[in-house]
Amino acid sequence: MSDNTSSLRSPLGRARGLGSAKDGTHHWWAQRVTAIALIPLLLWFVASIVSLAGAPLPAVQAWIASPISAVLLLSLIVAVFHHAQLGLQVVIEDYVHAEGVKLVLLLAVKGAAWLFGGIAAFSVLKIAFGG
Amino acid sequence: MANDQTRAAGGKRPRPLSPHLQVYRLPVTALSSITHRATGVALSVGTLLLVCWLVAAANGPAAFASVSAFIGSPIGMVLLFGWSLALFYHLGNGIRHLFWDAGHGFDIATAEKSAYAVIAFAVGATLLAWIVAFAVLGGR
Repeated sequence: MSDNTSSLRSPLGRARGLGSAKDGTHHWWAQRVTAIALIPLLLWFVASIVSLAGAPLPAVQAWIASPISAVLLLSLIVAVFHHAQLGLQVVIEDYVHAEGVKLVLLLAVKGAAWLFGGIAAFSVLKIAFGG
Repeated sequence: MANDQTRAAGGKRPRPLSPHLQVYRLPVTALSSITHRATGVALSVGTLLLVCWLVAAANGPAAFASVSAFIGSPIGMVLLFGWSLALFYHLGNGIRHLFWDAGHGFDIATAEKSAYAVIAFAVGATLLAWIVAFAVLGGR
């Protein structure tokens, strides 16, 4: 505050954009939005998996290929991997303090979430359209 | 530091110390907090099981048979059971966090009660899911 006298910028103006992640509440909010989406999606998914216990492949494929399951599975995949990489990012930022290692881990987590999410989504689409 | 008590006796307020994790029994609220994080990390890895299952289903009978055999094996069952328990814990405790985000249940008495409620929910929901799954399996 003391150097405010030597600057015409307001305290808010100087603080703006200087949060630790430079993105304000976006990370926090995205984690909550995906969390809320995952509550019904996961309850539906677990109930479905339970009802598919021991089911033969054609029955599993038919379930995945049905429009409602396919769309809900794709939504689940997007929400799960987005939520997971947001959470893992916080864990890494909390515990890994060597800047280089931290950067590599963050990029690895984000890359892995993107790739595995893509593989899962592609598999659903392949069953839905190629069946 | 060792001379905290001496300093306290000398009239100064003792500095707050971090709990020494090997000798300090964590309160249930602290345990539920670190378990949320641990289950989150475990679930991130466990989600790869879901990816394997989807890839196998897309790939055909041979791949699906081997993934099914792995899931049905003792180690696969243990992993899946752990996955389901972690999932229901993280789900229940996540809802607890959402209530906190909305400004509810932050006092210690309520937070302790809700921690036990989450543990009870996780165990109950996991057992229910497995009982129904085995009933479905037995009916085939």
